[in-house]
Amino acid sequence: MSDTLLQARQIYKAFGGVQAVTGVDLAIQRGEIFALIGPNGAGKTTTFNVISGTHALDQGEVIFDGHAIHGQAAHRIAALGLVRTFQNLQIFGTLTVLENVMVGRHMHTRTGFVTAALRWPGVRAEERETRARAQAYLKVVGLDGRADEPAGSLPFGQQRLLEIARALAAEPKLLMLDEPAAGLTRPEIDALNSLIRRIQAEGVTIVLVEHDMNLVMGLANRVAVLHYGRKLADGTPAEVQADERVIGAYLGVGWDAAPAYA
Amino acid sequence: MKTVAPAQWAGLGLVIALAVIPLLVRNNYQIFILILIAVDTILTVGLSLVMGYAGQVSLGHATFFGVGAYATALLSARFGWPPALALPAAAGLTALAGYLLGVPIFRLRGHYLAMATLGLNVIFILILKNEAEVTGGPSGFTDIPPLALGGLTFDSDVKMYYLVWAVTLGVLWLSLNVVNSRVGRALRAIHASEVAAEALGVDANAYKLKVFAMAAGFAGLAGGLYAQAIHFISPSSFDVLVSIELVTMAAVGGLASVWGSIFGAATVVLLAQFIRDRMGVLLAGASGEQEIIVFGLLLVVIMVFLPEGLTVGGLRVLRAWPITRRLRAARDQT
Repeated sequence: MSDTLLQARQIYKAFGGVQAVTGVDLAIQRGEIFALIGPNGAGKTTTFNVISGTHALDQGEVIFDGHAIHGQAAHRIAALGLVRTFQNLQIFGTLTVLENVMVGRHMHTRTGFVTAALRWPGVRAEERETRARAQAYLKVVGLDGRADEPAGSLPFGQQRLLEIARALAAEPKLLMLDEPAAGLTRPEIDALNSLIRRIQAEGVTIVLVEHDMNLVMGLANRVAVLHYGRKLADGTPAEVQADERVIGAYLGVGWDAAPAYA
Repeated sequence: MKTVAPAQWAGLGLVIALAVIPLLVRNNYQIFILILIAVDTILTVGLSLVMGYAGQVSLGHATFFGVGAYATALLSARFGWPPALALPAAAGLTALAGYLLGVPIFRLRGHYLAMATLGLNVIFILILKNEAEVTGGPSGFTDIPPLALGGLTFDSDVKMYYLVWAVTLGVLWLSLNVVNSRVGRALRAIHASEVAAEALGVDANAYKLKVFAMAAGFAGLAGGLYAQAIHFISPSSFDVLVSIELVTMAAVGGLASVWGSIFGAATVVLLAQFIRDRMGVLLAGASGEQEIIVFGLLLVVIMVFLPEGLTVGGLRVLRAWPITRRLRAARDQT
């Protein structure tokens, strides 16, 4: 019972004259960990950005959980259950650690301008509940001890964890992690590895863009390799690692065998 | 451990001080200055929600002050509405105007947004000056009837003082509630990283429009109260220089500080009075017009040295002071 959660067909994105993503197809199954890898500039993050609505795509279609999401605003895509983190951290530095995660609860809470301004019945209860839940998500990533510190003052590795906690608080169906291990130390990467497994065990589908091959090959159920904006190969980690085109793209050998896009 | 926060004590102290002041000050001019401070506080709170919390620059906030003032004047003096009805209606209309004008304006960001709001203010003043049959033109609009609620007519400065300050405290309360809520967090999140806020389901554009409408509504309320406090309005009270003055007030008070807006408004109003009274003496030939130079300098100095504003930034500097640090260390030891 292969149940596709996200299907991207023939997606294209150019920046000026640079074709960043060229006709990429992806199919992500419910419950799996799917990794997107490729050399620098292969179009991984751009693929991420056009799927999550951070950037508009030029062509192609993306179906998520039965909804066509191409051309939709990022907040609408998020509301359907597709939540992402960012490669270049996008922590709300002026908010506290806890408040960051509370923003993650935004879609699951109701209080608006009028009800907030008038302290409508229920507003305080909702706020208490949000705080408690946010605190629980902080605990998942082990940041519950730093709840009231300004998020901007956390060390880099913890900011990455905070971004993941914030995204989890949004209760995504699909969690997209953009280079979650970048800039982390070895022990931090090991902790990340087990965190991602725990998230998968909770039933969340995960797509990650990652450079750390040990992490990817150990975690991912399936891998797609991008090269010069095109999909070179996909399959299980073992299949991909054995693929000659992939080896060529990564090691720079067999240039005549590699397709001449550049 | 339920204790009364220092902010709550400060709030209580403020209410008592405001209640007692008219008993001590019998000079109508001084009462009038205090009314102006209240009106400017309402304006500044709204602006700080837009600029300090949501992070969207507005250099045309006086437009909405003017819309509220002229709407109140027109509804009560031309259309014969009871002023007590005209005032809230004007505030509502101004909020609506803010929302509708926000739709095209918030397609822009940063400097472009600043220019658009500035342009809006310039256009508004041109309309006020040119549509003389409706607005009274450059010479203004007179004979705005006083506000009456039940049997009580607000026809003296002291009565108006209590009304305006009561409304101001109400506006501060509403603003504090918004700031310390899901909505306030969403606004600050948009300020910190709009893409991340969007990625978590925050409709950034809708929030910008709503907070702009809220600030416009407050400005409309301030405009209506101003019109009824002085019974006369003219375009110069709502021009771009006033918008700049409001930005100065917000910056002095701390852009993201609700309580700071009282302080910012008071500082700038009092400073403006001082400059108008003394500038001619200090600098031969200088007129009150030069106050804008002083405000410009003040704004630059604050932005460079105390970007969180005089209140928040001042507290930070004070905490870092060696004496304060030693005192705190001594206190923590006991």
